[in-house]
Amino acid sequence: MWSAILSPDFFSTILRSTTPILFATLASSIASKSGITNMALEGIMLFSALFGVIFSSLTSSAWMGLIITMVIGGLIGLILAFFVLNLKTDEILAAIAINLTATGGTVLIMVAFSGDRGVSSSIKSISAPEVVIPLVKDIPFLGEVLSGQNILTWIAIIAVILLHLFLYKTPLGLAIRAVGENKDAAESVGISSRKIQYIALVLSGVLASMGGFFLSGGYMNMFTKDMSGGRGFIALAAASMGGNTPVGSLLVSLLFGIAQAFANIMQLTSMIPYEIVLMVPYLATLVGLAIFYYGQKKKKERLSGK
Amino acid sequence: MISSKRFDILRTILSVLIALAISFGIIFLVSEEPVNAITNLLIGPLKSKRSLGNVVESMIPLIFTGTGVCIMFSANQINLAGEGAFHVGGLFATCIAIKLAAPFISPVTALLCAGLAGAVFTAIPAIMKITTTASELVSSLMINYIALYFGNYMLNNVIGDPDASAASYKLLEVSKLVKIVPGTRIHFGLIIAIGVAVLGYWFLYRTKAGYELRLTGENEEFARYSGINIVKVIIVSQLLGGFVAGLGGGVEMLSPIYSRFTWTSLMGYGWDAIIICTLSKKNPLYTPFAALFLAYLRTGASIMARRTDVTLEIVQITQGIIILLVVAEQFLSKYKHKIIAKEAKAALKDEEVA
Amino acid sequence: MNDQTVLQMNHIMKIYGNGVVANEDVSLELRKSEIHALLGENGAGKSTLMKVLFGIEAPDQGEIILKGNPVSIKSPQDAISKGIGMVHQHFMLVPSLTVAENIILGVAPKKGLFIDMDKAVEAASSIAKEYNFDIDVKQKVEDIPVGIKQKVEILKALYRGAEILILDEPTAVLTPQETDELFVQLLKLREKGHTIIFISHKLDEIKKICNRATIMRNGKSMGTYEVENITTQEMSRLMVGHEVSLQFEKEEQKLTDEVFLKVRNLTINNSQGVMKVDNLSFDLKGGEILGIAGVEGNGQTELIDTLTGLNKKYKGEILVKGKDIQNSSVKDIREMKLAHIPEDRMTSGCAKDLSIQENLFSNQYKDGKFSGRFMMKKKAIEKRSDELIKEYIIKCKSRKQNVGMLSGGNIQKVIVAREFSTQPDIIIANQPTRGIDVGAAAFIRKRLLEFRDAGCAVILISADLTEIFALSDRLAVMYKGKFAGFFTDVEKVTEDELGQHMLGIKRDDVLEGVTYD
Repeated sequence: MWSAILSPDFFSTILRSTTPILFATLASSIASKSGITNMALEGIMLFSALFGVIFSSLTSSAWMGLIITMVIGGLIGLILAFFVLNLKTDEILAAIAINLTATGGTVLIMVAFSGDRGVSSSIKSISAPEVVIPLVKDIPFLGEVLSGQNILTWIAIIAVILLHLFLYKTPLGLAIRAVGENKDAAESVGISSRKIQYIALVLSGVLASMGGFFLSGGYMNMFTKDMSGGRGFIALAAASMGGNTPVGSLLVSLLFGIAQAFANIMQLTSMIPYEIVLMVPYLATLVGLAIFYYGQKKKKERLSGK
Repeated sequence: MISSKRFDILRTILSVLIALAISFGIIFLVSEEPVNAITNLLIGPLKSKRSLGNVVESMIPLIFTGTGVCIMFSANQINLAGEGAFHVGGLFATCIAIKLAAPFISPVTALLCAGLAGAVFTAIPAIMKITTTASELVSSLMINYIALYFGNYMLNNVIGDPDASAASYKLLEVSKLVKIVPGTRIHFGLIIAIGVAVLGYWFLYRTKAGYELRLTGENEEFARYSGINIVKVIIVSQLLGGFVAGLGGGVEMLSPIYSRFTWTSLMGYGWDAIIICTLSKKNPLYTPFAALFLAYLRTGASIMARRTDVTLEIVQITQGIIILLVVAEQFLSKYKHKIIAKEAKAALKDEEVA
Repeated sequence: MNDQTVLQMNHIMKIYGNGVVANEDVSLELRKSEIHALLGENGAGKSTLMKVLFGIEAPDQGEIILKGNPVSIKSPQDAISKGIGMVHQHFMLVPSLTVAENIILGVAPKKGLFIDMDKAVEAASSIAKEYNFDIDVKQKVEDIPVGIKQKVEILKALYRGAEILILDEPTAVLTPQETDELFVQLLKLREKGHTIIFISHKLDEIKKICNRATIMRNGKSMGTYEVENITTQEMSRLMVGHEVSLQFEKEEQKLTDEVFLKVRNLTINNSQGVMKVDNLSFDLKGGEILGIAGVEGNGQTELIDTLTGLNKKYKGEILVKGKDIQNSSVKDIREMKLAHIPEDRMTSGCAKDLSIQENLFSNQYKDGKFSGRFMMKKKAIEKRSDELIKEYIIKCKSRKQNVGMLSGGNIQKVIVAREFSTQPDIIIANQPTRGIDVGAAAFIRKRLLEFRDAGCAVILISADLTEIFALSDRLAVMYKGKFAGFFTDVEKVTEDELGQHMLGIKRDDVLEGVTYD
């Protein structure tokens, strides 16, 4: 087992499984920073995984597929924003509605396109390319880990940096943080909190859609029913544990990647049954949540002097 | 006041109609025989005793999970583990029903275990919330997946029949719920379901514990100030909600629809329960009606799926739109404000006259 | 109309979603370089009128004319762009951001895509300097005192070019020194040509710095007056409709022998670890009202939360009828016949989406009269609800009406009816008449006195000094978690003296008669 852990493959798996969670966690972070829980991430990822396959196939280009998928992800974010902000729908119920629509809608659309109900293998999709880094690829071990990763993995890491700059260095980022922390304060200086939350939710949708795209065009090479597998939900937990900051999101997402990679190894060495391996991400989230919030609670209690 | 209640009903009906209209629009887009599909969807269930029977039998699980969610949501506990509770309910009922060969005792024990298993699963987020302050929402979502893979593990390693693929041993005949309408698969579970809905109403609106629960749900600060034990409310509401959902899973499994446990993915009844709860305004007494509506739509959709090129999943889209519109406070709110302002102005005049 | 007129609001009407008519027919005219008082009781509709002016609420009727042109103000943004700024009673600041970031929020200077932080700091400090505000703009808002926070609020408005500045009860949270400082700055702003709307119900402050005053009562305007030409008595008469005299027939005091409430060396830290109550001791017997005056935020909330069992983290000793409540829950304490009228009726006093009936029994549904082992006794509850609605003159359509649909005064009556109907021995009344109509307030005060006469121990916390003076048998002033003054002969205390204690100018070290030891 140790040899498996110390292999470059292990670290490469970490990066690969971190990627979709990271996109979703960033998506959740920016929505939360603006004061909204975006539970529709799950549905957005699912839609995006399907649309990624369909549009990269239709346009014969992974990039066009990605861009169209991002636009659709943003649009779903916009719809969520419209219901939550204009029609005052409860954000959780609105998200549940979108997720339901995604579960049904993806099957409906898949049948319409491929005639198949379970997997999209009959659609010829084009995955995003892998990046072979010259020079680095020749470094033993490190090269095997870093080179050959899907380009979306690198985009995710760049997204962390960009989102950090956006939130902490730009006027719009300042406005998003202000709205999330004290909506009335932002309103009182003429910032339209509605507009800001619209922007945050659209961005959230775009980020989540990239995660969804990666699932069917990087992590795997096709769409399968319900393939988002609760990653959008895990992201909610991950983002809150990361303090809804981009860097925190990266760190927590990496933990999930590590848990996943471990689970994979344990499965290969048949130390635990296959079904339990599948359970690992969810169990890890549950335990993580418990530990994190227990720590927070203790910290608060210490502050109040008991 | 009265007009605002009437307004709510009107809005709900309008939401459903709009959702149907949008769904029909989608059918026109994806289908080559849209009129045929829509006809099947709308009146298909009425055409045979069997399909009417299908409507009623598919109401049953919806009433259970709907009532469970009504109880949890009434306490403002957004615990979405009803889905997982239903799943493990079916699983544990199976465990009993494949082993225990005693008439009456077997189904009763199976159902009790189903309920208890459901309660345990929904209680985990509740306990986590109390001990660590982690929100029940996210942890309950995790619980659903844990329930699913736990079920898969049990199916593949403990209760799986080596002679069947992805199915448990056969449920013993003595453990099954009896059919109550000849010529259909409508079974005794319907009576239990309606009983549960009525009991749920009775519990929420007539008992002390139910009052505590609703008070906490409406305003937790107020409940705390009034001396209500919030921790107790949180635990009780979610244990009970989970019990009812788990019971639903058990009843479904012991129904004539199944002869073995074959659930390798989540059934979705937990999510359907959200719309049942929304349509019935958190009152369990109305869940059978909301369930009837949904079951009718489902049965219509499956008839449509069998006879035409439109898939069953269109229903989930319809459901999604209904939820969006029914809970959209501002949907048609201008109209509502007009009614209220009119009443207030009238009242103002009355006062001046008096 | 006058050539100095900058703004007119004519015949404004505003009806809220729950049917409450907040403004019925209000008109207001503002002139250049004036400080214009907007005077009225809590609930008279001042805040609503200002929300309409600032674009937070849309009026149902009426027009706004700015510098001769009719305008419609649809949002705060709209208002700001038209040169209207507002300083809210509850500060609208983002705590984790710096003063400079708060000031430039929404109008940040840019360098490329990014905020030009150096320029922002420079701009913020230069406007602070221009108006003589002494502020370090690099500090985080969460670290600065209240008085400075208010200055930041004013600077925020000025930075955005506000010519008309609305100040909503600006002195409510300030110390006297801070208030004086504020007044100096307001006069300077007036000199520079700004128009200031000064919302208050403190007549002396209005006399001190305002030019004109518009007085509101019950959602209507009672006219605009030159402050020089109107006496405070006249103002208060217009405000409340009769001369302010809260003369109640107080019966001779009959104190019980038993001490109902005994507090010793009580120290409470809030959740941030700040000490809010500092080594407090006092006693309370049946048959008396202990009034507690004080500027908000001096530990009153924490004291009440602890006495009623809502907060269990404290040091010291609290005995209710001789029993230590350290391990007693809210329920246990309520069972010792303690009733509690909460400070904020909407957050903790009621559930607005439940019916009046359901709100009337939250403290006594376990009583054998109203429930059995598991079940509620529907008939008995319905009957009692109707009785209470009648007894407390709660204006409603029926007991099934949701509490949220009632007016503030009637909601408060529901709460009072609930709390008083348990025949309590101890009543803790926190701001029992805040923001409700005069009739309801008088009704509640009379009830409190009746309970006192019947041998009940009452703690009355109120921002309304007239009320405190009229009702209290003993009077304490809270300042920074301690009693800064304590009076056993309430009639001899002057409002001025009380004020000095409230503001911490005078602090008595030895308090006579706080305990009965």
